[in-house]
Amino acid sequence: MANHSPLRFKNRIFYALVAAGGLVVLMGLYAAHMMEGHGHIITGMNNQIVWGMPHVFAIFLIVSASGVLNVSSIGSVFNKPAYKARAPLAGLLSIAMLAGGLTVLMLDLGRPDRIIVAMTRFNPTSVFAWNIFLYSGMFAAVALYLWTMMEKRMNPWSKPAGLLVFVWRFVLTTGTGVIFSFLVARQAYGTALLPPMFIVMSFAWGMAVFHVAQSSIYEWNEKLLDPYVQKRMKNLMGVLVIAAFYFVAAYHLTNLYFARQTGFERFILLDGGIYPLIFWIGYFLLGNLLPLLLIYHPALGKSRSILSASLLIILGGFSFLYVFIIGGQAFPLSIFPGYQVTSSFGDGAIGLYQPSLPEIMLGMGGVGIAFLITTIGVRVLDFVPHELPKSA
Amino acid sequence: MSDTNEMSNTSEQRRQFLKTSVGAAAVAIAPGMLMFDMAHGKTEAVSGKVRWGMLINTANCEDCDECVKACNKENGLSGGLSPTDSQWIRKVELKDMRTERSLALPMMCQHCAEPPCVDVCPTGASFKRADGIVLVDKHICIGCRYCMMACPYKARSFVHEPLHDQKPDVPRGKGVVESCTMCVQRIDKGLQPACAEACPNKSILFGNLNDPGSEISIKMRTEASTQVRADLGLDTGLRYQGI
Repeated sequence: MANHSPLRFKNRIFYALVAAGGLVVLMGLYAAHMMEGHGHIITGMNNQIVWGMPHVFAIFLIVSASGVLNVSSIGSVFNKPAYKARAPLAGLLSIAMLAGGLTVLMLDLGRPDRIIVAMTRFNPTSVFAWNIFLYSGMFAAVALYLWTMMEKRMNPWSKPAGLLVFVWRFVLTTGTGVIFSFLVARQAYGTALLPPMFIVMSFAWGMAVFHVAQSSIYEWNEKLLDPYVQKRMKNLMGVLVIAAFYFVAAYHLTNLYFARQTGFERFILLDGGIYPLIFWIGYFLLGNLLPLLLIYHPALGKSRSILSASLLIILGGFSFLYVFIIGGQAFPLSIFPGYQVTSSFGDGAIGLYQPSLPEIMLGMGGVGIAFLITTIGVRVLDFVPHELPKSA
Repeated sequence: MSDTNEMSNTSEQRRQFLKTSVGAAAVAIAPGMLMFDMAHGKTEAVSGKVRWGMLINTANCEDCDECVKACNKENGLSGGLSPTDSQWIRKVELKDMRTERSLALPMMCQHCAEPPCVDVCPTGASFKRADGIVLVDKHICIGCRYCMMACPYKARSFVHEPLHDQKPDVPRGKGVVESCTMCVQRIDKGLQPACAEACPNKSILFGNLNDPGSEISIKMRTEASTQVRADLGLDTGLRYQGI
């Protein structure tokens, strides 16, 4: 029976966490207020790098919000009890990260006051407009799913609800990848490889976020995670990291094969200054090699190293998105192929971008919102996994 | 008798009162009507029978930027050149990497028939008028900048700072995206775009691409011209000679 009593944060830790999270959220809101007053001039974004740090944070949060639901999908759709016990926590994390990511995206708009326009006027050819529908639908689908799991009378419906969420998140991550796939003229984007790549990345990042949340909750409640469950989850995370890396490798190798794309690949992988550095050190070394070592090395693979691996995978995710989003825009558009181009508007030149404090604060604010919702959710409702005796 | 007299007096007064009232009302409404007409210009709707376009001969562009100056003046742009300043038209210098031949040309919104900016805009703020001019509705744009990501010509600018002293004919606003409007405010008055008018070499030929008898159509039929990034299949309203 002891296993069934909800694990809860100790009071003092809880209030400290809420205060810390609240402070980060307030800082984010203050940054948004500054951006609203002064305009985007106080960010590092400009007419060449039109999407910056807020988009790195927002896309990480939204993609991970979809990926974290892996845990519930494996539980509900594929009937694995160890994962089923964790499905409510995964649902909560998903809603929390979705809320954080969307808030950042919305507050970064040039006219956030016109959000009602975005909700009432849909251009059917715009994948952004579809995404507004997909994101709000995701909230509803996950909320419904949580209800069917947490309300005993509704339990029989949790499997179909889980299936709905499973399908919806595939479509949602496809929609996020397609934002970039539909950019016909940018050399970094405009390929159909991006939606599946984003889906597999979401799996890896989502698992990492789930691990961090689960380890923290167990640690603060002085509970130990069943070693069998831990082993299964870490092995799955390792496989997903490898699969995500496979897609990134395929993306770059295909580009390298096309003569018209080799200039771009040279820039991103070799001589583009900060971008190759972040790609190789941040994404490849710290975000892939090191976590895989921590997961699979026989002497490692215990809870501490899995937590470190998860944090590194998250760092790798941010590194990847920084290079993909900002590096992808920094490389000049090929408007006149075969010509060397110069102009007063940065034609033919590498775009300059220096992330500013307000936009980083805004992005962090989104993480703060996700953190706050999770912390309060775990405290007030019964979201913590209940290990059934011999459940594994 | 006196009753009849009183009656006719009263109707006379009534008649007078009505006349004065109508006169006063006319005086009160007339300036408003006049200003309404002035503000709205031509009342007939834009027609799809017209497709406005430009043919730009790059032969004389190398030492000249009159079009850029004229655009800034007409549309109230600062003319600043920082990465956050709006540039609706810019002069691009090109050098063929193989032959080293160099040339220059003015670059702006190409007013595509299949504009990617219109496709991706979530709210429909980016739109194409019936006469082919691609515009941004400044009241609906939410400032997401997806159109700037999608434009193959880097034609759009985002207003990064509050604006002052704007031109009444050219609405602009902080936090929204803008680009060349082909000087729609002038076209609707029957004038040419400012850049075409200012070009000292008459190298920017403006006209109706749908009229086979227009000067631009005749020239495009008889002389070679190219679309920038024709491979994208966007059917641009602007064509260049000499690239």
